[in-house]
Amino acid sequence: MELIEQLLQYTLSGLSTGAIYALIGLGFAIIYNSTSIINFAQGEFVMLGGMLTLFFHVTLGLYLPLAVVLAIAVATAVGALFERLAISPLKDAEPIILVIITIGGSILIRGVAMLLWGKDTHALPMFSGDEPIILLGAAIMPQNIWIFGVTLIIITANRLFFHHSMSGKAMRACSFNRVASRLVGIDVKRMILFSFAISSAMGAAAGIIIAPLTMTSYDVGVMLGLKGFCAAIIGGMSTGMGTVAGGLIVGVLESLGAGLISSGYKDAIAFIILLVILLIRPQGLFGKGEAERV
Amino acid sequence: MLKIKNINTYYGKLHALRNVSLHVNAGEIVALIGSNGAGKTTILNTVSAVTPPADGEIYFDGISISRLATDTIVKLGVSQVPEGRQIFKPLSVEDNLELGAYLRSEAGERKKDITKDKDAVYALFPRLGERRKQTSGTLSGGEQQMLAIGRALMAKPRLLLLDEPAMGLAPLLVQEIFRVIEELRRQQGTSILLVEQNARVALRVADRGYVLETGRVILEETASELLANRDVQRAYLGKDKKEIWER
Repeated sequence: MELIEQLLQYTLSGLSTGAIYALIGLGFAIIYNSTSIINFAQGEFVMLGGMLTLFFHVTLGLYLPLAVVLAIAVATAVGALFERLAISPLKDAEPIILVIITIGGSILIRGVAMLLWGKDTHALPMFSGDEPIILLGAAIMPQNIWIFGVTLIIITANRLFFHHSMSGKAMRACSFNRVASRLVGIDVKRMILFSFAISSAMGAAAGIIIAPLTMTSYDVGVMLGLKGFCAAIIGGMSTGMGTVAGGLIVGVLESLGAGLISSGYKDAIAFIILLVILLIRPQGLFGKGEAERV
Repeated sequence: MLKIKNINTYYGKLHALRNVSLHVNAGEIVALIGSNGAGKTTILNTVSAVTPPADGEIYFDGISISRLATDTIVKLGVSQVPEGRQIFKPLSVEDNLELGAYLRSEAGERKKDITKDKDAVYALFPRLGERRKQTSGTLSGGEQQMLAIGRALMAKPRLLLLDEPAMGLAPLLVQEIFRVIEELRRQQGTSILLVEQNARVALRVADRGYVLETGRVILEETASELLANRDVQRAYLGKDKKEIWER
């Protein structure tokens, strides 16, 4: 009985961190599909989400919902600016060069964050108190419910956007065939800018909802970004359910491993999964396999 | 309607078009014929600004379009049906057509008007109407070609650039595609610049034709003159010398 309750506890908390990885992974996948590059700065937008909310809410004393909106807006603007200044001017460059630029960008953003806000770890207050809710013998924080709710809303909005709006369909068209997209009059450069903006906004949202649980500091983006990358790889870089499933798998296995084996192996588990997937199924668990892409 | 004056286009160092000049009058069907690598596709891509010309001028309705971006050219009324169809395979038939009208919905045109044009495409190609919710990658080659043409029509072009519409299709489908091309001209007065390996089929529907060789225009005649031209017959219509001389 004890074990079952423990397993339930680990699974629930795993699903909640997994939801965060899924959001970050979707950000990777959206940019990858529109540009064929892996944006290693993705994690920094997660950090910016948390740190900016902290700044607006705690330092400036703004009302929390307003602080959240401002933080997402600023992070999105940083993402769009990053694309315009670092990616767009090099439109004919090889993907690998652009990938290295995104690594540079991530170091830059992290450095600026460190100069602005220092190296300390901060806690963002929980959105609705810290009284745990007991569910079938497992305790979950109200913040976990926020995480599930917000993730669900973002994933649904994401799906509606890509499948039912003109801009979303145009972005999918671009990622499939750029020349044909240009021939129907789609501005491919603008779609790439959109994809960076959307990914940054999603990353920032993930960073905000997780910050009350895991604390935040200038360097949380590195690890969260890599976990999100794992989710996207497992999902075969899909902008849909594959990556969401990938995130949940990484989150749950990590949490089970940390609880049942040792918490010291928590981070190792995600990367072991990543290595195994890359070795035996590089197109991802749900990917269809595109041999010619990067 | 379309006037190309002395354009030169390069792919890197490769000189793909050499001082090409040609024109398409309003309501005219003009065929470009020539062998592989003669520069037929490059001409269409140069007009659409996919591979912009290094020099020379292109006028559409008197406006110089040689320095404009592809979307602006589409907005002015020049749409291309690219070689190999290039439809958006992961998207449904309907989505492909809607994306053909992308600039019109961007410009705030009413959904009702776009739906009306979509229905007009389905009327032109009933098989697309039957498959409107289907993922377009699962269509047959002929249906994909119809969709590619339909998508281009959704932009309401006054000049349609058609690249190899008969490629890889069964004779019956080729007939259907060319029936639609003639119908477009007759009903809507659309001008058509047609690139085709299958010179015989192309010259049968065309009013005039240009023969290209290694990036140059070497001959310009009416379609019936080209069909009767002995050099053209030998090089592009697959008749051997004996057949030609015995007639």
